[in-house]
Order: sequence, then C-alpha cells, then structure tokens
Amino acid sequence: MSPHPASENSGIWKLIFGRLDWSSLPLHEPIVVGTFLMVALGGAVVFGLVTKYKLWGTLWNDWFTTVDHKRIGIMYMILGLIMFLRGFADAIMMRLQQAMAFDGSEGYLNAHHYDQIFTAHGVIMIFFVAMPMITGIMNYIVPLQIGARDVSFPFLNNFSFWMTTAGAIIVMMSLFVGEFARTGWLAYPPLSGIAYSPGVGVDYYIWGLQIAGIGTLLSGVNLIATIVKMRAPGMTMMKMPIFTWTSLCANVLIVAAFPVLTAVLALLSLDRYIGTAFFTNDMGGNPMMYVNLIWIWGHPEVYILILPLFGVFSEVTSTFSSKRLFGYSSMVYATIVIALLSYLVWLHHFFTMGSGASVNSFFGITTMVISIPTGAKLFNWLFTMYRGRIRYELPMMWTVAFMLTFTVGGMTGVLLAVPPADFVLHNSLFLIAHFHNVIIGGVLFGLFAAINYWWPKAFGYRLETTWGKRSFWLWVVGFWTAFMPLYVLGLMGVTRRMRVFDDPSLQIWFQIAALGAVMIAAGIACMFIQFAVSIKNRDQLRDTTGDPWDGRTLEWATSSPPPDYNFAFTPVIHDGDAWADMKKRGYQRPLTGYKAIHMPSNTATGLIIAGLSVAFSFGMIWYIWWLAGLSFVGILAVAIGHTFNYKRDFYIPQDVVERTEGERSALLATQG
Amino acid sequence: MATRSKIDPAFLDQDGKPLFHLGEEPHHPEGSSTSLGFWIYLMSDCLIFACLFATYAVLSGSYAAGPGPRDLFDLNLVALNTAMLLFSSITYGFAMLSMEKNKVAATQGWLAITGLFGLAFLGIELYEFAHLIHEGATPQRSGFLSAFFALVGTHGLHVTFGIIWLVTLMVQVAKKGLIPANQRRLMCLSMFWHFLDVIWIGVFTFVYLMGMLR
Repeated sequence: MSPHPASENSGIWKLIFGRLDWSSLPLHEPIVVGTFLMVALGGAVVFGLVTKYKLWGTLWNDWFTTVDHKRIGIMYMILGLIMFLRGFADAIMMRLQQAMAFDGSEGYLNAHHYDQIFTAHGVIMIFFVAMPMITGIMNYIVPLQIGARDVSFPFLNNFSFWMTTAGAIIVMMSLFVGEFARTGWLAYPPLSGIAYSPGVGVDYYIWGLQIAGIGTLLSGVNLIATIVKMRAPGMTMMKMPIFTWTSLCANVLIVAAFPVLTAVLALLSLDRYIGTAFFTNDMGGNPMMYVNLIWIWGHPEVYILILPLFGVFSEVTSTFSSKRLFGYSSMVYATIVIALLSYLVWLHHFFTMGSGASVNSFFGITTMVISIPTGAKLFNWLFTMYRGRIRYELPMMWTVAFMLTFTVGGMTGVLLAVPPADFVLHNSLFLIAHFHNVIIGGVLFGLFAAINYWWPKAFGYRLETTWGKRSFWLWVVGFWTAFMPLYVLGLMGVTRRMRVFDDPSLQIWFQIAALGAVMIAAGIACMFIQFAVSIKNRDQLRDTTGDPWDGRTLEWATSSPPPDYNFAFTPVIHDGDAWADMKKRGYQRPLTGYKAIHMPSNTATGLIIAGLSVAFSFGMIWYIWWLAGLSFVGILAVAIGHTFNYKRDFYIPQDVVERTEGERSALLATQG
Repeated sequence: MATRSKIDPAFLDQDGKPLFHLGEEPHHPEGSSTSLGFWIYLMSDCLIFACLFATYAVLSGSYAAGPGPRDLFDLNLVALNTAMLLFSSITYGFAMLSMEKNKVAATQGWLAITGLFGLAFLGIELYEFAHLIHEGATPQRSGFLSAFFALVGTHGLHVTFGIIWLVTLMVQVAKKGLIPANQRRLMCLSMFWHFLDVIWIGVFTFVYLMGMLR
C-alpha cells in the first residue's frame, strides 16, 4: 500500500469517493496494466469501427432495445463467448504458474494476484460463460421448438439479459479498479467476512452475482411461463421436443435454487456491511450455515447447467442418426428425477464437515442414485444411434466426445460420492479434475454441439467444417491431456488452489497439464477462425431450405434465419418430432392467406435499469453512498415509469408478412 | 416403439386428414401468462423467506449471552400489528370485489384503506425495532438477533414495496380506470399482499409465539 496524499483521506474525499483512491488502481501489477491496455485498445477499435460504419443506430434499435427472443439469445451467446476468453485467460495463467513454481521458484504471479485469478476463473466460467450460453440457447430455440412467436414476457427477457451483462461488467471492473475476491468461487466465510477480507474484492463478488442473479431468476420465470402457456396447438407435454423438456426442468431448478443464492449472499453482505453475526466465528454466528445454504443453491446449479445440454445431445443424436429418439418418455422421467434428486445431495460437497456417519451415508447414497437416471440417458443415446444412419457432422462428433468424456467424469463423481474416499480426496486436484471432466465434457462440449447444430438456423449459413474439426480434435485431446494429470496429482494428495510446490517429482504432471491447456488454447483459436472463415464464405455455406440437417423439430420448419414472427402460421402438432411428422405427411407450406401479426415492441427500459444497477453496485462496493442512493431511486423511478407505458405492442402489417414469405418461397424454388 | 397417440378431432379437416395449420390463428391474449408468471415469482420469493426462516431456526438459540425472545418481545404489540396486517388483507379483498363490479371509487377507497393499514403495520414494526435497538438488542448483538432482524425486516421491506406499488396502481386506476391491464396488475398485487400475510403468520407463529415458549 502506498501512502495516501493527505487530501485523499480527508472527509470530503470520503464523502464523494468513498474508499476509492488512486491506490485502488492496480498500477503496480504489470500484467493487469498490460491487460487493461489490450482491452482499452480492443474497445477503442470496436468503438471506432461501429462509428465508422454508422452502426450505432442498428445496434441500438435492432439489438440493445430488442425484445425478440432470437436476438436476445444471440446477445447472450456473444456475452458468454467474450467472458469465456477472460475465464480461459485466467485458466491458462494458473496452469503456467503451477507448471513453473517448483524448485524454489515463485512462478510469475504473486499470491494476491493468483488468489484473485482462481476465484475469478470459477465465478466467470459458471456465472458469466456457462449460464449466459445455456440461457442464450434456450432463449433462441425453445420458442421456435414450441411454435411460439416470442416468450411470455418479452420485455422481461431483454431486462434479464441486461442484468446478466451488468453483473459481468461489475466483475470485469474489479480487474482494473480495486481487486476481486481472493476467497475461491463460493466465498466461504469467515474468510469472506469483513475481518479477513476487508477490501472490495468480496463486495465486487457479491454485487456482481446479485445483479446477474436477478436476470437469471427472471429469465427462469419467463421460460417456464413460455413453455407452459405458449405451446402450439396439439403439443401436449409428452409431445414436446426433448430439449424443451430439459429446458423446462432446468428453469424450474433456476427458480427453485437462485433465491437461495440471493438470500445467502444478502446475509453475507449484512455481515460485511452492518456487522451482523450470521457467519461469524463469534457472537453466535455459524459459518457452516453459509456452506450449507450456498450448496443448496450450488448443487442444483450444476444440473441447471447440464440438463439443457442433455437436451441438445438428445436432439443431435436423434437428428444425425435419422431416427426418433430411443426411449423418449424414459428420457423425460430421467430428467425430472435428476431435477428432484439434485436437491437431495448438497451435503456431498462437505462430507468432511463432520455431520456423522448417518448423514454422510444418506447424502452419499442419494448422490450415487443420480447416476442411475443419468446412465439411463446414456443408454438411450446409444440405442438411438444403434442401427441408425449416423452422419458424423460436427454436432454429432461433439456428442460422441461428450459420451466418452462425461462417462469417465461421472464415474469419478461416484468415487467422490463414497464418504470415506471423499475424506481422502476432498479439496484435492482429483475433485478439480472430476468437475472439469463433467463441466467441460458435458456443458462445454454440449454448447459446442449446440453452436454447430443451430448456427445455420440463427444465421442462415452453416459453419465451415475444416477449422471446426481442427478445433474439435485440439479441444478433445487438449482436455484429456490437461485434466488426466490432475487425477493423478489428486490421488497423490495435492490440494487445490496451490501457488507454489516443494516436491519436484510433481512438476512433470503440471507440465503435461499446461501442455493440455495450450492445446485447448489452440482449439479455441481454431473455433474463432472457424467462425471467421464461415462468415467470410457464407455464400457457399448458405442454407436456403431452413432445414440443413434434415431436422425433426419445429425450429427447422421455418426459414434460416427465422423471420421476426417465427411462423407465419402457427403449426398444429400431431406427434412428437413434429417437423419430421409434417415432412412425412407431405406438408405443403401455405402460400396465401397471410394476416397481420401481433408482436411486442422494443424498449430501452431494461438497458437503463441495468446501467443504473451497475452504478448502484459500484456505489455499494466503494462505500460511495450518494451514488448508491441516487441510483437506487433512479431504478425505482424508471421501473415505475415503465409501468405507465401501456402501449407495448404493434402489428407487423400483412404486406410485410407477404413480402417476407414471398422471398422465402422464391428461395425455396431455387432448390428445385 | 412409441405408440402413436390419437389425434384430436379438432385438428382434422373434413376428410379426416390432419391439419397443419388452424383456420383461425391461435391467439395468446396479452397478459395470459401474467398470473402464472407472477405466481412462479412469488414461489421464488417464498424460498427467500424459507432460507431466512431456516437461518432463524439455526440461530434462534444463539444469544451470545445477550437477550432472548422472552426478554424482548411484547406479544400485545405484536398481536396489534398482526391485526393491522390481517385487516389490510380483508380490505384488499373488498377492493378486489369492488373491482369485479367495476366500481372505480369503491376500489380506490378500499385500496386506500389497505394502504393505511399497511402503513400502520410498518409504523408499529419500526417502533418495535427502535425500542429493541434502544435497549441494546441490535442486529449486531447476537446471531439470534441478526436472524430476527433479517427475517422480520425482509418482510417489512416487502410490505414497503407493496405500499409503493399500491400507490402506483391507485394513480394508474385514477388515470385509466379499471381497464383489463390495470385489473391484471391489481390481481398481481393482491396475490403479493396475501402472500405477505401468509409469511407474517409464519413469523408470528415461529418467531414470536414459539419464541415466548423457549
């Protein structure tokens, strides 16, 4: 800490800037300064390009203020991909540090910085990569799959997106103004209490998650209402596409789990801000209560992440095997059972707390039981492939890689579910390897399958395969190279979150893991090259049919990309796999009789409230009370003002619908 | 494998062939999902209270050598407070009945009375809090008091937001009358208001009554 100039400690400075002063800027950390310059430069270039090509109007009208679920879905994906780069940068920094810090070397990261990195990596990857991306996919695909024109609450959808983005902005700010938490991604007290973490790091953590959590919760409410209320005629629950089913279960979990996170973080903030005694060591507080509560959210959270991807794998397997999904109803019930069981296992995250043998046995057994419905799903996918005409396109390749990888991750999970084994493996690198094995092998591979599968729907052209395959192989081989050594190290007793090591015999394993991380970096690069090459060659890759994979569900019944209103006529559903059924029955697209279509109109309210929430959080984090107070009043005023606007919809005129559909007819005619 | 389920006769044309589109577009009237959506939100809010109740249950004996419920609670005051909130629920019910009959003035009158009962509830609660803090029973004093203030205070904050919402709706009813959009909003606030009542009954029972038995 550098000594403050006298003026910075004076009352008036505190009144205006709270605890913010020049020493809050991490100018003494060359890595952070370099990152800041890169980000600033990148931001300036983007800003310049947008201005040069006069895109601000388009960006504002067609994207930022849109209530179209498809555009919001795409914005979620972009948010997730940008944050993924940040999260991965943290990952590879940790891998390099651990590969270097032997034989008395301190590596290149000091403890203060390193502890922030492993915290930020976890927080960002879960909350600002995986969550936005699954929400984005669900947002884009679910209304299309159920034959709806939008979600139930289109404004709320836009608002949710901007609140998630606001949370991401708050977390990113901590990189350049102040510091991030140094507590690990769940910020256990007493370490995260004010006594041991007096700085702003934990406050950045709390407010980033609280603001993003509002967005997540509301988007969960929205998607449940959409799936329950907005399905096309004839689509009974058991005729819903399996992705819609898994999304429904995931959103029920969101609504049932995120309030717990909100509550527990609110209690932690009370401890930090006004000195209550919830999780303190003294005054009757109980830190283990925090651990219990946060895992009551945390365990369902991992199923929130994986369930929608189980849906993706089901859709992909069925489409690319050109077969109806094997065991549709068992798949549905397995999903529901997993959703229910996810609430009965939270204690397996801290068997070592000392709850006694009976409690540990109960949670150990419930944990093992989860592998039964999950195993059922795996066999369903295998039986779908059995005797199918399998096309190994990229989405299918990711799916097969998932099945192999996830099975191993699942089995190590069952090992960890055995309490006595867990006493040995708790908080070791074995655990780290296990959950990366299921999250990368399940969630991330699933997202890549989904991106490759639905990209043509969203943009009207397929993704190029050469770079896609390079990315695939680098990712898969890179993953195994990076994480198998961690299993070995974990079995040898190496614990997580270490910065330096004494035992030189361990170094080789960390070096192999670092090599894997570098391969993954190359895989990520290939993926972005794949996007760039595909955008460049979009004319050759064009999908004019709207159904490039011979799909089976309703999203493939409309054009690629779909018109704003999704379907000119709402389809009637007679069977699961509705689009396959329509094709089989010789469906002819109606060419006349279009009517004006009722649609929700755009609004900037969500963006404004999210912006004010960032200001509010910044005020709370830095104790700038006037800023927090003013922003809070502003949020209330804007929200109330919004309710005075009763005209929130408009009609797409008949001639516009006719023109749009006419263009599609012309395009389809070129197919012959 | 899967048995083809029978097709709904409404979805067949005259020749018994399945229709691909209906003659009349299915319409989702504006606000048709609002009750469901708001109900789901309420259930999520209920979970926040569940966490606070659970926290209170865990910490309700952690006095840290400070005062306990018997030393602090004045059941007469709490009974009065409970009455205020229960009356406000009844008067909100009357407001909804007037709304059904499309009587604007009566609706507004009952809403105003509901708001006043709500304010009375908050006033008494703030008096109780001030009294406790004055006696040194602050939220910082013990885990028990932290949990008490968090649970009861969160409920109070909800009532505060309910009153702000109620005033907003009264202005909107005054401006636009009992149009369907406003009726829907009054319905949502009604659910919210009764929900807070139910939570309070939990608070009254578990915190105050059972606290006196400890």
